[in-house]
Amino acid sequence: MESIGKSIKRTAGNLRKNKFLFEELVKRDFEQKYKRTILGMGWSVLAPLLQLLVMKIVFTEFFGKNTPHFTMYLLSGNVVMSYYKEATKNGMTSLVSNSSIITKINVPKYLFLFSKNVSALVNMGLTMIVFFFFCIIDHITFHVDFVMLLYPILCLLILNLGVGMILSALYVFFRDITYLYDIFLTILTYLSAIFYTIDRFPEKVQRMFLLNPVYVIIKYFRVLVIDGQVPSLQYHMLCMGYALFFFIIGCIFYKAFNKRFVYYF
Amino acid sequence: MSVIECNNVSIKYITGDLKAIGLKEYVVRKLTNNYHITEFWADRNITFSIEEGDMLGIIGSNGAGKSTLLKAITGIMVPSEGSVKVKGNIAALLELASGFDGNMTVKENAYLRGAMLGYTREFMNQKYKEIIEFSELGDFEDYMFKQLSSGMKSRLAFAIACLVEPDILILDEVLSVGDGAFRKKSGDKMKEILESGVTGILVSHSLSQVRELATKILWLDHGKQVLFTDDVETACNAYGEFLETKVLPTNWEETEKLSLDYIERVKNEREEKRSKEISKLEKILAEGDKDTAVEAAIKIISHRTPELLDLEKIKEWREENNS
Repeated sequence: MESIGKSIKRTAGNLRKNKFLFEELVKRDFEQKYKRTILGMGWSVLAPLLQLLVMKIVFTEFFGKNTPHFTMYLLSGNVVMSYYKEATKNGMTSLVSNSSIITKINVPKYLFLFSKNVSALVNMGLTMIVFFFFCIIDHITFHVDFVMLLYPILCLLILNLGVGMILSALYVFFRDITYLYDIFLTILTYLSAIFYTIDRFPEKVQRMFLLNPVYVIIKYFRVLVIDGQVPSLQYHMLCMGYALFFFIIGCIFYKAFNKRFVYYF
Repeated sequence: MSVIECNNVSIKYITGDLKAIGLKEYVVRKLTNNYHITEFWADRNITFSIEEGDMLGIIGSNGAGKSTLLKAITGIMVPSEGSVKVKGNIAALLELASGFDGNMTVKENAYLRGAMLGYTREFMNQKYKEIIEFSELGDFEDYMFKQLSSGMKSRLAFAIACLVEPDILILDEVLSVGDGAFRKKSGDKMKEILESGVTGILVSHSLSQVRELATKILWLDHGKQVLFTDDVETACNAYGEFLETKVLPTNWEETEKLSLDYIERVKNEREEKRSKEISKLEKILAEGDKDTAVEAAIKIISHRTPELLDLEKIKEWREENNS
């Protein structure tokens, strides 16, 4: 227990010491992403819009008719899912793509992963503009409770960091993990009820959806925004429980292999 | 109190099929028993310590474990056995030009590198101009880094690294950057830093550089510590002899013997060169006409017993001869 406390303290100290480096890394990730595109930041807004448009056209016929605020239903799923995808996929390659630095300069390696997560988070913030814009179009009245959206986003951030730590470590050892993870993401997308509703499934199956952390977060968005309710306390605990679970697994995983990375670059 | 203390440091290196291998291939190879990993000791039982103001020269042929040892000291690698204790902050200049981002501008790269070396933003704001001036990249500030020539890249890298005011400075073959003019400039700058009394470690294949700068020597060979001493002269001599004869000393007496051999050999070589020249001159003396013979005679005498010559008279004779 004491050693955990110590390593948390050390990590916090490292973060403070490396604040400048961290800022520069985030800046770099951001510029890498947007500098080369003519649309720049606009792309972050445009991409979810296009995705939404396609889904809206295709799926309204099948699922949309009985679902109130179907646009927001779709958009909640998309915003959460694309944030999760971006953060974990970029996080996965963060160590290997910086290997030339890691083998020459003694910097905390997780900074590269964290910076990718922060830039994905900022990107998510931009898509939230689209989200709120469509709230207006879809006749959803804004409510003070919308502040609570920060909670699932925080949970997702922690979850992404955890998953990122696991994936980035695995990717150092096995470079073809990226293909496997792509397949996994496709499956996850279909299992996260992004464009369909789950009320037609039997009760038992519906509960099984809660085993999927991404779905749990998406549902939080929907309950809050579409149904206008703040989820129950247990639900809050479930969100954070998943986040912490993956974060701790990630830390253990990362710590176990951290010192061996250097041999694999 | 030592600034760097290495106690029985051993570093195991793993190599073999593990690099860039996929999960699929890993499983297949494991199943067919075709997965080979070799472990070897890149460094074995290295023990040394240096005090404040020391400059440790690490010598040894390729694959001796010098760079790996440096990685353990800087904390990039963790020793498999033993311990490394370091007091103060380290600035390590290992393979300077790598680790830059080609798609960022010179300015952005300078800031990022500064951040990695542990500078603060204020410090970089203050020193940025100096960096650009020193690296002579004033016209290229907003160029993409990949558009620079490799010489320019290393100049920038060196300029940033030079600003450090660390307690410990580690130099791995970095004193030979850029073209002639810049090399002189960087060499001067480095000397200035070294003379300020910084504690340092220097890895170099240039023996004369080590002789000039080092105050202690650590000699490694295939991961083993051959010797650690503050008798730089003897150690460098012995190493020079080792390069010729490939005989490793096992104790200090042998080292001293090697050193004497080296001095002897260098002396002999010099002697041989001299006697060759003299015999050449003697040939001229025997075969040539009068004037060239006299010239040759003067040269021989000036080699052997210069005190016999009256330079004034020779000058007069030469002038007379030419007219």
